[in-house]
Amino acid sequence: MIDAALQELRERVGALLSRERLAANQIAHFDTPRRLAVLASGIPATQPDVTERMNGPSASVAYKDGQPTPAAHAFARKAGVDVSQLEKITTPKGEYLAASVTRKGRSAAEILAENLPKEISSIYWPKNMYWRKLNERFVRPVRWLVAMLDGETIPLEFDGIQAGNASRGHRILSHGKVTIPRAGSAYVDALRVAKVLGRGEREQNIRKALDAAARYIPGARWREDKSLLDTVVNLTEFPSVILGGFDPQFLVLPEEVLVTVMRDHQKYFALEDSSGQMLPHFLAVLNTEGDPQGLIRHGNERVLRARFNDARFFWETDQKRSLLERLDLLKHVTFQKDLGTYYEKTRRVQRLCSWLSEVIKQSGMPVRPGVIHKAACLAKTDLTTELVKEFTELQGIVGGLYARAQELDPTLPEATRLAIADTIYDHYKPESTEDDVPRSTEGAVLSIADKADTIAGMFALGLVPSGSKDPFALRRQANGIVKVIAEKKLPLRLMALMRDARAGYKGSEAENKFVEDEKFDGAVRVFFRERLEFYLKDVCGYAYDVVKAVLAADADDVVDALARAEAVKQVMHMPEFQAIGAACKRMRNILRQAAEKGIDPAAKFEYLPEAAAEEKNLMAYMESTSARVEEFRNNKEYLEALLLLSTAREPVDAFFDKVMVMVEDEKVRANRLALLRTLLKEFSTIADFSEIVTEGKA
Amino acid sequence: MNPSKRNSLTFQELILRLQAFWAERGCVLQQPYDVEVGAGTMAPETFLRVLGPKPYKVAYVQPSRRPADGRYGENPNRLFKHMQLQVILKPPPENVQELYLESLAAIGIDLRKHDIKFEEDNWEAPTLSAWGVGWQVMLDGLEITQFTYFQQCGGIDLFPISAELTYGLERIGAFLQDVDSIYDIVWARDPETGHEVKYGDVRLADELQFSVYNFEAADVEKTWEHFRLYEAECQGLIGQYSTVSGDKVPGDGIAREKSRFPLLAAYDLCLKCSHLFNILDARGAISVTERVGVIALVRALAVGIAKAWVDQQKSEAAAAEKSDEPEPVGTKKLKKVNEKLSPVGS
Repeated sequence: MIDAALQELRERVGALLSRERLAANQIAHFDTPRRLAVLASGIPATQPDVTERMNGPSASVAYKDGQPTPAAHAFARKAGVDVSQLEKITTPKGEYLAASVTRKGRSAAEILAENLPKEISSIYWPKNMYWRKLNERFVRPVRWLVAMLDGETIPLEFDGIQAGNASRGHRILSHGKVTIPRAGSAYVDALRVAKVLGRGEREQNIRKALDAAARYIPGARWREDKSLLDTVVNLTEFPSVILGGFDPQFLVLPEEVLVTVMRDHQKYFALEDSSGQMLPHFLAVLNTEGDPQGLIRHGNERVLRARFNDARFFWETDQKRSLLERLDLLKHVTFQKDLGTYYEKTRRVQRLCSWLSEVIKQSGMPVRPGVIHKAACLAKTDLTTELVKEFTELQGIVGGLYARAQELDPTLPEATRLAIADTIYDHYKPESTEDDVPRSTEGAVLSIADKADTIAGMFALGLVPSGSKDPFALRRQANGIVKVIAEKKLPLRLMALMRDARAGYKGSEAENKFVEDEKFDGAVRVFFRERLEFYLKDVCGYAYDVVKAVLAADADDVVDALARAEAVKQVMHMPEFQAIGAACKRMRNILRQAAEKGIDPAAKFEYLPEAAAEEKNLMAYMESTSARVEEFRNNKEYLEALLLLSTAREPVDAFFDKVMVMVEDEKVRANRLALLRTLLKEFSTIADFSEIVTEGKA
Repeated sequence: MNPSKRNSLTFQELILRLQAFWAERGCVLQQPYDVEVGAGTMAPETFLRVLGPKPYKVAYVQPSRRPADGRYGENPNRLFKHMQLQVILKPPPENVQELYLESLAAIGIDLRKHDIKFEEDNWEAPTLSAWGVGWQVMLDGLEITQFTYFQQCGGIDLFPISAELTYGLERIGAFLQDVDSIYDIVWARDPETGHEVKYGDVRLADELQFSVYNFEAADVEKTWEHFRLYEAECQGLIGQYSTVSGDKVPGDGIAREKSRFPLLAAYDLCLKCSHLFNILDARGAISVTERVGVIALVRALAVGIAKAWVDQQKSEAAAAEKSDEPEPVGTKKLKKVNEKLSPVGS
């Protein structure tokens, strides 16, 4: 949050300075949890003067018998010059009066005082507050304001605070007030003396201190964790690091639990040995100079011990009731107020899973429907455990760990039991675009079914994400579905998946509140198309026009769209396809114009006696190649199909060079339109090449 | 071992010091509210006082009951009933954060030897339709206080806003005395004999028996019945208030009728409902469909009372202004504010 706000403030100040012709040489920034600062250097003291030409009345009106009329006097007054200084200019409309007006540049201080408060109040905050006045909002109360131009204070006010040259040092390590002698590096220096460091320096110090503290344990290293590092950098003004320890007994708890407590709750870094095994130590980042008496270490160890004790207590309590026994408890856990309980969701997801397993099985892919069925049954039961109530971020993972520990059904072979546990463990994955997909096909199926059920229910209720509003994180879940299908190469169609997920709600009470099926279909189609576009473009890195071309042909089969995108990417720079792209655009235009005029193509093209040589040639080409193209396409050998199609360039170009489509003869015209339609279709089933941006023209 | 352990404050000294600290800074020292609440925020000294324009400063210890958090006294860190020291500063002084840090010094925490952090934490209570922004205060990795700039309460935008400081007394006590279990906190020490009474001596039976009641013994049907009765009576009062304030022409009679209207009693009924809901929840007696509805009922009560309360305060202020006609407006208003501080608990 601080990082984004600072970035924005810096951009705003930069834009303000450029707009006001006060552009800086350089804009640096400085931030801590208690301050945001922008340091601009090399800005002029005043705006440069500007001379502008002002146009006035026509000369014939302004002068009568060589004497200035009242119109000329009025114009001179307006321009602020003497009548004698007025000039005459010649325009296409005749002779007019003009005046050169010089506007004095205003001082930088004046402009900054006037505009900076507006820029500060425009910073975006996810949640802000008011304090002294209802309409003055900021992320927290504004306590002081420093605004200086060189050595002078800029007289400005924000949120009831008058700007001055007094800042504040570290809350504990300094005496409080810090006088800033002048703007620029003196600001940073004065704060450093008062134990306040800039972001970069803090990060560097923390890294060094983490390294140094880890060295106390032979062979240990701290686990790199960028987001944790960012968090602690933004929680401190003068950081240091302590090494603490905990009872090795706690290492029997699953590492997932230990890491969650340390990282998410306590913001500690974990230590591991060279093989990646966790060690009974942690590193805490402090916002103070050090801990000579060990009091801070002692306190932190005490807190961690209590947390771990709690976790162990929850773990042990949870074992008193197996996951299977917890299934009925889900009848009391709300999934969504209109969509019923997690028990009902479990039943729906199980049903959807068996359908998905069947589809996958029929495609010849190995899958174990029994494992999925059992895992789907237990997947949500961990929501009733104490451990998940305490560590909600471990949902799914805890279920997997318990399934493993509880040995579930003893009649099942060990391998099956472990497969069920892993399927439960992975089923929330991927939680982000960077996160891994589930390890097994079974995990993939459950992950997809769980998410599809949620999206289907929400869309059926009309709760479609819009703009920044996506309270149920449906976009993330849909991204997850696309990613899992793509990476696991699953033979699933998005629309069929979503329709079947929607069918799971049949007969439920929720259905009374559902939108009509067409509306559901339409919204889901647009939504998933966007998600697939996002995946191809932002995750896989395909060019915008390639993605558009590929999705124009079909956006339902994720794996197929990926294969087509790859093929198109390989051929799109070939001159043949540049030409074919242009030809496709032309065909599309001709067909559209014909349709607009109510001219229909023939049902099928045929060899008419009137046909031109190039026309016959193109028909012959089509007949000789289309079967082979079809075969490649059916085998999903899209690159081969496209390479074969590239040979169409010559006959197509020749056709357009020599043959006129929209001729008078209705029969010939209809036949040629039919030929174009067939040809266009042939190209467009892999990608709509008219979408490809032609090189040099884009 | 923490070297300061031997001279560290007892639990009751901790409370006394904090109360003395805030009394010296102009706070009214209220006593704990005597109806069950889930948090200090729900006591009328916070929920109602933060509404409207009157400045107010108050501090009080509030035992807060959360039936579902009970652990039969077996978990060293969890309680069904914990104690908060709640401070409301309306409007917040400029240096409220510094004041807070001074209060820590007052209970013997030398901040130069410890690590204190203010971590972003925005508080929200949907059942009260209340929220604010602020921090959780971390002392050597332990969350000891919730610090909130209240923005909305009972669905009403607050102005002036209040700063709310909620000290977790058991956590602070365990920290000061360096004990691993809440039950080992020394509550009182006889100055003559040195005899110690522990938190467990005072409260363990409480934790065990209420856990049994809340999780096992509470009669679900009767608890529902209590809920329905309280809810109906509260709703009835809110309805009557709107009739009183309804389409009649404002005048002295109405103002009097309004100011004697028992909204404070209505609020007690609302608190009862909230607590009974918590018991039913702990008892696992609330079905999915009911749950959302019941929360909405309680919220409707809280919001209804907050609205009526603001109206009642306004009408009192207006009446006071009228009766004081000859005085200039500005001074009179201020004076009245100071005089009419306490319809609650006085």
